[in-house]
Amino acid sequence: MSMKTLRIKHSSPYVGWLLLAVALLVLAPAVLSDFRLGLLAKYCCYAIAAVGIGLAWGRGGMLVLGQGLYFGIGAYAMAMHLKLADAGPGGVPDFMALYGDATVPGWWEPLRNGGLAVVVILVLPALVAGLLGLAVFKRRIKGAYFAILSQALAAAFAILLVGQVKTTGGANGLNNFQGFFGYALFDPANKRMLYFLAAGILLVSILAMAWLYRTRFGELLVAVRDGEERVRFLGTDPANVKLAAYVIAAVLASIGGALFVPIAGIVSPDDVGVVASIGLLAGVALGGRASLLGPAVGALLIGYAETSLSEAFPGSWSYFQGALFVLVILLLPGGLAQLLGLIGRANAHRGSSVSDHIPRGVPRGKQSETEIARSASEEAAAR
Amino acid sequence: MTLTVSDLRVEFDGFVAIDGVSLDLEPGRLHFLIGPNGAGKTTLVDALTGLAKGSGEARYRTRDLLALASHRITRLGVGRTFQTATVFEELSVLQNLDIAAGVHRARWRLMLPRRGTPEQVAEVLETVGLTELADRPAGVLSHGQKQWLEIGMLLVQDSSVMLLDEPVAGMSAEERDETGELLRRISPERTVVVIEHDMDFVRRFADIVTVLHAGKVIAEGTAAEIRADAEVQRVYLGEDA
Repeated sequence: MSMKTLRIKHSSPYVGWLLLAVALLVLAPAVLSDFRLGLLAKYCCYAIAAVGIGLAWGRGGMLVLGQGLYFGIGAYAMAMHLKLADAGPGGVPDFMALYGDATVPGWWEPLRNGGLAVVVILVLPALVAGLLGLAVFKRRIKGAYFAILSQALAAAFAILLVGQVKTTGGANGLNNFQGFFGYALFDPANKRMLYFLAAGILLVSILAMAWLYRTRFGELLVAVRDGEERVRFLGTDPANVKLAAYVIAAVLASIGGALFVPIAGIVSPDDVGVVASIGLLAGVALGGRASLLGPAVGALLIGYAETSLSEAFPGSWSYFQGALFVLVILLLPGGLAQLLGLIGRANAHRGSSVSDHIPRGVPRGKQSETEIARSASEEAAAR
Repeated sequence: MTLTVSDLRVEFDGFVAIDGVSLDLEPGRLHFLIGPNGAGKTTLVDALTGLAKGSGEARYRTRDLLALASHRITRLGVGRTFQTATVFEELSVLQNLDIAAGVHRARWRLMLPRRGTPEQVAEVLETVGLTELADRPAGVLSHGQKQWLEIGMLLVQDSSVMLLDEPVAGMSAEERDETGELLRRISPERTVVVIEHDMDFVRRFADIVTVLHAGKVIAEGTAAEIRADAEVQRVYLGEDA
């Protein structure tokens, strides 16, 4: 392979990243109204969670149907901190006086400290995902069972929140935040700052994925996706590889959730439950789950489509979302990234330069896995 | 290091697939396992690599393989291939080998990208004759090439015991010859066990042959001795030849 193709191959994801960076950091702030920019900031939060889903689902083959759980952990941790900060030192958040006995529960107190809140946002999802992942992956629970389990957890989390009106605001959630780490949230300049924070973190997390996909871990993760049982016979426990990807995805979802709170101004069980979790997934499927930029771009597009379609045809969004899911999965399982790949292949003859072969397509079922399982019983059956 | 199998039994739902097999798998010779369909050859390999539960003992380097998880058995130096070659089809030949080579790398180095072709991977590419195809996705390889890649994955792991399940099945005559020569080249420093059906191939390359029938060892010896064995002729060669 010539040096030239090598360079292009390595740089193309970064070119895409650069375009996205210019669009988000230069173009959007220049052309969008404050209101629209605020919406875009919200989509960026979804996109951060989507980047993690791309890792776990696209590269790792784990259908994470319940990322709302981790999005919610980050969101509620941030919301609790903001409520406590608004209430001032020793103060009691407003809704607690309304619904409860106006005392702050002990498990809220650590979040009064901003630094500690950030630690909780980063560490708690990692702990939860780590413990859950250990229990699930070591027992070789996968496929639909894993998907259903993860979705059930998101549902349970949302139900739990609804039931705790006095301490979590119940179905109303937490809202009416005044400040964000000392910055007044009604100030448009600070809202723009929040947008840049969300867009910046999104861009950084994509870069981190670009690195991860190039590492040996990234290659091993794809190997686990396509032949989990085979990896075992190469001396690696696939459970550990999946666990790492799952934990990273959980932390990204939590970061997205934490940023969502000051930007949206509210978090409620609706933002963390089953519907929200599937919403996160829809963008990833649309953009191309195994590609680098696909999950983020897909999530931004879905967010935009949801808003504009809801404005044009109120109440119709869930039909559009359902139809989109069906269309993408039937016609374009690799998402928009696959479409770009097809166009690219039609335009330029790519030859045999696949040294940096990025697996974009759908994982090829569990072909090899079943074959191995079959080999165990084959001789018995052969009689 | 000899892998000593003693009184191995494997049962599936009451069906006895392996019925008290004892075997010494010694380094430095090409050891073939033959037997009619259903004799228990693949099950034997499955039991030694943690894929099928067995009772008895399989002692290697002071450990009992029957008590270990598959990935630990691999790390101990006992590797296998599969009848239907199972390689990572979306990854390149080079990436496949590099992942296999991962057993000898420190865990933290997973966080770094691969730079170029690691030396031992390059050597193995040469040994199994896939250097030209290093950058192709493994999915486009021919059946024979996939088998070589699987053998390469064991070589790059430096497995001291290689259990190969019908590596030449479906190969052309030339590919068989090349594979036989390859096995001969790699067998002096390690234990190579080959499950095979093709008697001509067995005759040409086997140093020692073990015949399995109905989950039991019925004969062991050189290819010539096996051919002369009356019981083997009755249960196996009689049907096949």
